[in-house]
Order: sequence, then C-alpha cells, then structure tokens
Amino acid sequence: MPVKSYRDAINEALKLEMRRDPRVIVMGEDVVGGLGGSSGVAEAAGGTFGVTAGLAAEFGRKRVIDTPITESAIVGAAGGAALTGLRPVAELMFIDFIGVCLDQILNQQAKFRYMFGGRCTVPVTIRTLMGAGLGAGPQHSQSLHAMLTSIPGVKVALPSNAADAKGLLATAIRDDDPVIFCEHKFLYGESAEVPDGEYLVPFGEANVTRTGTQVTVVAFSRMVLLANKVADKLAKEGISVEVIDPRTTSPLDKDSILESVEKTGRLVVVDEAYPLCSMASEIASLVACEALDALKAPVRKVTAPHTPVPATPFLEQDWVPSVEKIEAAIRATLDRKLARAG
Amino acid sequence: MAETAHDPIVLLEAYRRMRLIREFEERMRREVQAGTVPGFVHLYCGQEAVAVGTCMHLRDSDYIGSTHRGHGHCIAKGCDIGDMLLEIYCKQGGLCNGKGGSMHIADLRKGMLGANAIVGAAPPIAVGAALSQATRGTDGVAVSFIGDGASNQGTVAESLNMASILKLPMIFLYENNGYAEFTGISYHLGGGNIARRAAGFGMPGETVDGVDFFAVYEAVGRAVERARRGEGPSAVEAVAMRWYGHFEGDMQLYRDPHEVDRLRQTSDPLVKFEQRVTGEFGIDAEELREIDAEIRELIDDKVAAAKSAPKPPREALYTDVYGSY
Repeated sequence: MPVKSYRDAINEALKLEMRRDPRVIVMGEDVVGGLGGSSGVAEAAGGTFGVTAGLAAEFGRKRVIDTPITESAIVGAAGGAALTGLRPVAELMFIDFIGVCLDQILNQQAKFRYMFGGRCTVPVTIRTLMGAGLGAGPQHSQSLHAMLTSIPGVKVALPSNAADAKGLLATAIRDDDPVIFCEHKFLYGESAEVPDGEYLVPFGEANVTRTGTQVTVVAFSRMVLLANKVADKLAKEGISVEVIDPRTTSPLDKDSILESVEKTGRLVVVDEAYPLCSMASEIASLVACEALDALKAPVRKVTAPHTPVPATPFLEQDWVPSVEKIEAAIRATLDRKLARAG
Repeated sequence: MAETAHDPIVLLEAYRRMRLIREFEERMRREVQAGTVPGFVHLYCGQEAVAVGTCMHLRDSDYIGSTHRGHGHCIAKGCDIGDMLLEIYCKQGGLCNGKGGSMHIADLRKGMLGANAIVGAAPPIAVGAALSQATRGTDGVAVSFIGDGASNQGTVAESLNMASILKLPMIFLYENNGYAEFTGISYHLGGGNIARRAAGFGMPGETVDGVDFFAVYEAVGRAVERARRGEGPSAVEAVAMRWYGHFEGDMQLYRDPHEVDRLRQTSDPLVKFEQRVTGEFGIDAEELREIDAEIRELIDDKVAAAKSAPKPPREALYTDVYGSY
C-alpha cells in the first residue's frame, strides 16, 4: 500500500470528494492565496500549512474560494451554503479562532436540523488545526474538541494518522450533519500506509492500535502516537497495554472502550487538552457509570494542566502530556500503592 | 499638541522612536533567521511612521489596542525595549513574565493593552478602554490599531457602531499594509476603501500616506483633539506597505520579489522624515547619526541581556490563572 503523509492524505480526500461531487466546495483564508498580490503567482499558499495545495488548479476558484480574515462569515456562510444545497468544507485556520465564530456553530449549524423539525440537512465540514508545541502562545495552541463535542448536533473527528485522516474526512464531507474535523499541526509530516482511491472510515468506530490485556489506554489525536510508543516500550518488560483511538469523540465508540476495560480492568485516558469537562473526564465517567465493577484500580487521566498554553517553550513542553507522564500513569494503575494515591 | 510638529524636541523624539523600531525589527529579523527567537514574529518595518505619528499624541494614560504585528506599537507607546526583548525571548521579567511572547506583549502601565494574536480582537477592547476614559471623566483617549485584513472582521463594525452611538473618545487607526496574510487588499476589501466605511457610522474618516510621519501626525492629531474635546470617535487609514512577510519566514510567493526593493528605495519612512527635517526644519543630520549609534548600542546590550536572562521558574506554568482544579 502506498505511504503518504497526513497532509497529503487530507489533500487527496478533498480532491477525491470534489471530483465525486460537484456540490463540494472549499473556502477559507488563503486556501489558495495570492489574490491581489504583486507576484501574480496562481497559488501562493494552498493553505497556511499547504493542505489545500493544487485544489484551485484542478477545480477553479469558483469551488476553491479565498476569503477575507472573517471567521464568522467563513463558517457562517459555509453553514448557509450547506443548508441550501452545497457541501462546503470551510477551513478555520486555528481551532482557537472558534472564539470568533462560535455562534455560527453553537446556535446555528448545530441547531438547524433539530430546530427546523428535521426538514433540512447541514452537510458542512469545518477543517481546523489543533495542538501546542510551536511556541505560538495562548491563542494559537489550544485543543478545544471537548468543548465542541459537548454541543448536540455536531460531530467531531480527530484523526491520529494519515489513513484515518483520509477516510474520516471523506466520511465527514458525505455526512449530512456539521462535522468539526480537527487536524493536529504536528501530524502533517507523519506518514502511513494510505489506500488509493475511495476510502471511508466510519464515524463512531474506534481503532485499537495496540492490543493488550493489562491496561487500557484511550488516547486522542497526536496522543495516540505517544501512547503507542509507551505501549511498545512496556511490552518489552512484559506489561501488556491496549491502546484505543476513538477517532471521533462525537459519536463516541463506547462499546470498544467498555469491552477493553472489562478485559483489562485498568484505564488511562490521554488527551492534549484542558482537564475540566474534558474527554478524559467523559471517558472516566463512562467507565465509572457502566463498568465500575471491572475496575481493579482508579482511572488515571493524563491531560494538560488547567492553564492556558504558555509561549515559553520549556513551559509549553511541560503543558503537553509526555510519554513519561503516560508511562507513569500506566505503571500507577498496575501498582496497588500508587493506584490508590490518585 | 499642535497639528504640525516643528519643535525640534518633538522631531528628534519622533525620529528616535522610528529608528528604534527599525533597528529593533531588523535585529529581530536576523535573530529569527538565526533561530534564537521562539514562536512567531511579525515585523513592522515600513510602517514605523504610523505607530510613531499616532503615539506621539498619546500620554501613558491613553490606551492603545494592538495587533499580532505589535512591536512597533509597543515601542511607539513607550514600552521599555529591554523588557520587550525579555518577553520575546520568553524570559523571567519580560513584560508578560515570558508567558505571552512576541504576539502578546502588553504593558498596562504604559496604556498598552496587548498585542493580539486574534485578528480583529482589539477594537472591542479599545472601545471598552474609551468607555472607561469617558466614564471616569478623563480627557484620555483609546486608539485601536487595525490591519487592513482585520478591517473586515465583524468585531470592527460592531466597535465602530458602539463608539459612534456612545460618542466615545476613540480612534480607529487602520494600518493598510497591502496584505491580509497572503492575500492582497484589492481582493479582500469590499468597496475598495477602508476609511470611507467610517462615514456609514457617522464619524470622520480619512486616508493618509502612512510613510509620511507628518501626514499621520496631523491626521491623528485632529482625531485625538476631537476625542479629547468629547466630540466622539474618528477613523484614520494610514497606507504603508510592510517590507517583510506576514511572519518572518513567510516565503511571500504572493509578492513580486522586487516589490520590497522598490519600497526600500521609494517609501522608507525614515528617509522621508530625515529629508524633510534636515531640509525644512533645520535639524542637523549629525544629531540623527548620534541617535542611530546610541540605538544600535542599546539594542546590542538589550538583546544580549535578554538572551542570557534566566527563564521563568517551572512553577510559572501554574500561576496567574484561576483554577479550581
């Protein structure tokens, strides 16, 4: 199977869906780039991180639309176009900018189908960028998928590898509800085997990236890579760790998580996000409510602290969950004394 | 302050601030290229006359709201460059104790309400600062610097309207530098003129050459005096192309590679200023060279100090934030 980067896999999904369905359009800031510039270069950006490269050349600027820096209008117009027959893919350059346009998601797109009595569909996909580590400071480094997951009416996908990025994005574009598609800025260069041609990954189906019997680790987005690394290291010591990547937080594949915890009796949740009202607390709650008897040790959560992301590079590194913290949490669930220490 | 600056003390101070911005930014550019600066840096070169022509009218008790391209605004408003550099290098004692970095420099003591990494976020905050001035009964003002890209944000329209109906002492200072990130203004700006939008909100708006310190100084002077008299907000659009990329490291494929060379030759605010003050106002060029030398030495010292300064303590990750967790 061909090996492709996460960036190229997303680009391929966009191209395939645009070829397949003329209703699919792409819009956002500098998704092409260079209009009104003095160089006359036809595509000066192709997206700030190069994800939409080549789309304008193939599909033209009527379907690949550069917008002003106006997030409410980008996301809002994508919702309005979705309500009236298009299948827009809007790019929100950083997920932090959700603050600028949240109403259009929270009170508009997420509500339309329900509020209008089921008499419409809202097939809009919002591609956005999450994650810390670039030293970009508190307003360009957050991971806000849990907040969006809490809104009824929207779906949230967080691909952790190139194949899932392609397959989940195609599913998102074909979905009739609004989907927030969270790309991690540190995954663009990561490569994996990705099928050519049509490839769909269904929502609500977790991927078990490591099978194991002693501890279940549920991890999201880039944290799946870290969890896999720890699982591989501990396997050499004879510690058997199962890693589950839910891939979508809404819908959430509860069954895969519960089945795994029934088997292992131990749970660690890893998420690069704030700890309060988080996916970590949501999964801990799920297991507490539905599989408490299976637990042999308290659940451990490995998240960012309840603070903004500092610009200071070494503090930012402390903010992001690390392999060391994940390993310590796994060991703690296996150690009776540590397990009770919380 | 008078509408035209002929006073040598004012002229020399304006020159000092503009030269300080230029040398500071050129040095930052080299440091970013050398990999010594964390995060993203957005340079202000080419726009020096806008920040300085504006802030020469302001006191410490007046407020400014800034943008991601904020170094020039900070310097023009009187922020200490040593403390700015500590912040840019994310060091202890920086203006935000190292936790904000280049895009978030703030100095409340100087009325600097923060550089801002969210495009169009500062105008509502500046409206609040103007409201605060009016409510407290001062004759102070608030200025919001707004890029041409930001001018399209809904927050800007909302702020224009609120400042207008509340008749607030506010100046909407549009900096038209030609590009919203990688897109030119001829594409992104509906109607083709930022300043004219002010008329729709019942306030004066004018466009000036942002490369010409005197043009900016005079227009902003009128706006500030109007605001201090309690006659309400104004808008000024200063046109000055940025010399460098959206951020340092931007490949700038959208730009003709010769565009910046032409700008350096024909639209250097410092050259334009020097020609006028030495020709028309009798300033000795030697005095300006002395300022240049002082500034270079100052920047060398402060950059070296920032690089060798201690990092914040590790516990700083958890301070300055309310948390019940």
